[in-house]
Parts: sequence; structure tokens; C-alpha cells
Amino acid sequence: MEHQPPPFFKTGPAPLVRLTLFILLSTLLMVLDSHFHYLEVLRLGVTTVLHPIQTAAGAPAWFLSRIGEFFVTQSALQNENADLMQKQLVDAKTLMQMDALTAENAHLRDLLGARKGLQIDAKLAEILYSARDPFSRKVIVDKGVTDGLKPGQIAVDNVGVIGQVTRVFPFMSEVTLVTDKEQTVPVQVVRNGLRGLLYGGGDGGTLDLRFMPANADIKDGDELVTSGIDGVYPPGLPVATVVTVERNAAYAFARISCVPRAGIDRHSQILILSSERKLEPQPADDESRERPGKPRRGRSPAAPMTSPAK
Amino acid sequence: MRDPARRQRILLPVKGWFIWLSLAVALLLNLLPPTRIVGYPDWVVVALTFWCVREPRRVNVGTAWLFGFAMDVADAALLGQHALCYALLAYFAASLSRRLQWFPVTQQALHVLPMLLGAQLLMLATNAIAGGMFPGWGFFLSSFTSALLWPVVSFLLLLPQRQPENVDQIRPI
Repeated sequence: MEHQPPPFFKTGPAPLVRLTLFILLSTLLMVLDSHFHYLEVLRLGVTTVLHPIQTAAGAPAWFLSRIGEFFVTQSALQNENADLMQKQLVDAKTLMQMDALTAENAHLRDLLGARKGLQIDAKLAEILYSARDPFSRKVIVDKGVTDGLKPGQIAVDNVGVIGQVTRVFPFMSEVTLVTDKEQTVPVQVVRNGLRGLLYGGGDGGTLDLRFMPANADIKDGDELVTSGIDGVYPPGLPVATVVTVERNAAYAFARISCVPRAGIDRHSQILILSSERKLEPQPADDESRERPGKPRRGRSPAAPMTSPAK
Repeated sequence: MRDPARRQRILLPVKGWFIWLSLAVALLLNLLPPTRIVGYPDWVVVALTFWCVREPRRVNVGTAWLFGFAMDVADAALLGQHALCYALLAYFAASLSRRLQWFPVTQQALHVLPMLLGAQLLMLATNAIAGGMFPGWGFFLSSFTSALLWPVVSFLLLLPQRQPENVDQIRPI
């Protein structure tokens, strides 16, 4: 029996033991987070603790931008004013038509006995910072549970869809951009109504329209808007423009690359849309499908609700 | 080692609150808004490695894991990926601490660079397993900028421990 002398200094467990312990702990965390999504409560708690530091980190940039706003020259303001006037004139015509069309649409819907259009409620949110994680495309905005945000709501700018709220914290929310690799948007081609699924391309800020047959009627420059059949994205919001279509007879599907319409990386203010829409109960034989409105990390809630275009 | 009088200057003992303050400031620097720039250094990694080398008894794998966890939450990343990398980095930094302190700071930076690159490689690997996307080669630039910061950071973090310049020659301490 071998006896070791007692240690001179109390240093706790040996470094290697400690390392093994923490490696096991982090592996456990990663598995729990990526596969089972059990740790949202923990994340929420730590976020609340970190919130003061994050606010402090954002303060200098906020202060500088406020100073920048203060020193705008008068000529710049006048130019902007003139531009806006002109734009308003151009838009006025469209708006007048819009009123008429809305009235006509309401009338026709009444005639058809169709459901009323969606009531969309929008909240203005400001992007605090891009999540530093280089493996995904996410931004953090300054509205959270206290402002009534819910996971699954849609973020748009003045042109089109930016992304989807994937996590909410008390004072902040995380918006996954449409260019994220694991984000999916159900879309429709404006020209011919063809439905499809738009996946984030990850690097380079492009999007892929996947699972379209090689002979699908899609051309360069086609506009893609949300189809709205998932019940999560309101229909008709512009999402992307097709830039290249590669048809290769060796593959069943065409390779279609798109660029997002909205200024995904440009704006600091975005709108969060919440469309309260009651879905019809699912048919009885589809019980295995997931319920909508419950987004999970790594998978858009829109994805299970739609099938690739037929 | 060329200037023994300067190198052998005896430093005051480190204050516990200063370690924590420097780590908190590093966390703050990591959370600054324009951190999406390619090659923005990971300040927490630099500070943690520094303290693991200087004070392996006070800052160890557990501290590194804690700050890695905070970074995970702040980055909205996969929980545990930073924690794992920081813990491993801290372990290697602490095991190299006796050897590293014999070298001047520029050569210390050369020692630190492979450790930082290894940690980033591990992070890339864990993300690849979890299904993240490849962030591009610019991702590894951050290790180089962090290593470049090493001399600056080690100068700044040792400032509070330095003695006044006019040392009494009869009683050096």
C-alpha cells in the first residue's frame, strides 16, 4: 500500500480533474441546448444579469450617433426634405389607388364571405448589435417580453422581410436574419404564383430557393414574396429577388440563388410585425406534424407547415 | 534577460478585485457594437490567458468556463461552445505559466498565438458538429490580433503591481 504525503497547500482538485469536469459540463450544455432546448430559462436568467454590461457597451456608440445627429448641416436637411417631398408626391398616387383598392378588396371579400384580412400590429425596434457569433446571422433588438414580443414574429424594414424573432428576453430579443443557414421562409413567385421554400445561404448574404424542379418556371429577376400559407409570415411581404438560375439535367432540382430585398445588414431600426391569426384545426391524420407558432432553435416554425412547391 | 535590473524588479502582489475588474472590462470590450468586424480581437480570451499565465492559482479553468458561458449567452451562440474553448485554453495557459514567464513579452505572444488558434479551431469544430456555417478564413484573424495585443495587455494589467520608480537602493523592496 502506497502512501502519498499530504499536500503542502490546499489547491482544490488537480487541474486535469477540473478541466475534465468542465469539458463534460460544457458538452452536456451543448447537447442539451442544441437537441433538447431545455436551457432557455438559464439563458434568460444570465441575459438579465448581463443586460447592464450590454447597455454600457452600447452607450458610447449611441452617444456618438446622437452627437452625429446634432451636427447635421442645414443643406443636408434641406436636400433630404426636398427628396422626401418628391417621394411623397410620387407615393401619393399609389396611396390614392391603395385606398380605392382596399375598399374594393373589402367589398369583394364581403361578397365572397371570405375571412377578413390579417390585422397586423407593428412595433418599432432598434437593433442593439449583431450577435458576435460568427456561425450564425442574428441581431439583438431592444424590445423584449415587456414590450409584448413573442417568438415567431416577423421583422421587416421599409422594403421587405429581414428575419424572425427566435428568442425573447425581458428587455431584448434575438432576430434570426433570413440569410441565416437555418432560417426558412415560405415564398411565392409574384409573376406566376409558384410556391417554394427559401433557405438562408449563410455566407455572402444570399438565399437559396430549394426543391424547385429543374423545369420550374423561374427566371432571373423574379420577385419572391411571402406566401402566408404557414400562418406565421403575413402574405405578400417582399423577401428576395432571383439572381441566378442554374438548371442541370443531372440533378432533380434547379439551383436558384436569390438576394434579399431588405437591407439586412444596413438598417438600425426595424419593424416587428405580430399577426394574430387563428389557424384552422389540422386534419386528423396529420397529428404527427408540429404545431405552428412554437419556433425552436435551429428550425423555422414555418418549415414544418409547408411542403415544397408541387 | 538582457536587463536583469529591469526584469527582476519585484512586483507587488496582485489584488483580487483588479483581476475581476479587468475581466469584466474585457467582457465589456467584447460586447461593443462594432464587433462584427473581421479580426476584432477577443479581449476576454487575452485577459483570461494573461491571468492564467500570471496567477494560475487564482484564475483557473473554472473562471474561464464562467466567462465563456457569459460570452455564449451574450453572443446568442450555442450554449457551452465558448465555455469549452475557454476552459481548455485556460488549462494549457496555466500549465505553460512557469515556462512562459521566462520569456520577454513579444516571445510570450508567439507562445500564446498557437493556443488561441487551437481554441478557435476547436470552436469551429464544435460548431461544425452542431450544424453551424463556416464563417470564412477571416475568422482566424482574430487570434492574430489578440496575440498582437498581448504585449499591450500584459503591460496594462501589470501596471497596478509596479513599484514606484525611485526605489531605495539600500532596501530594494
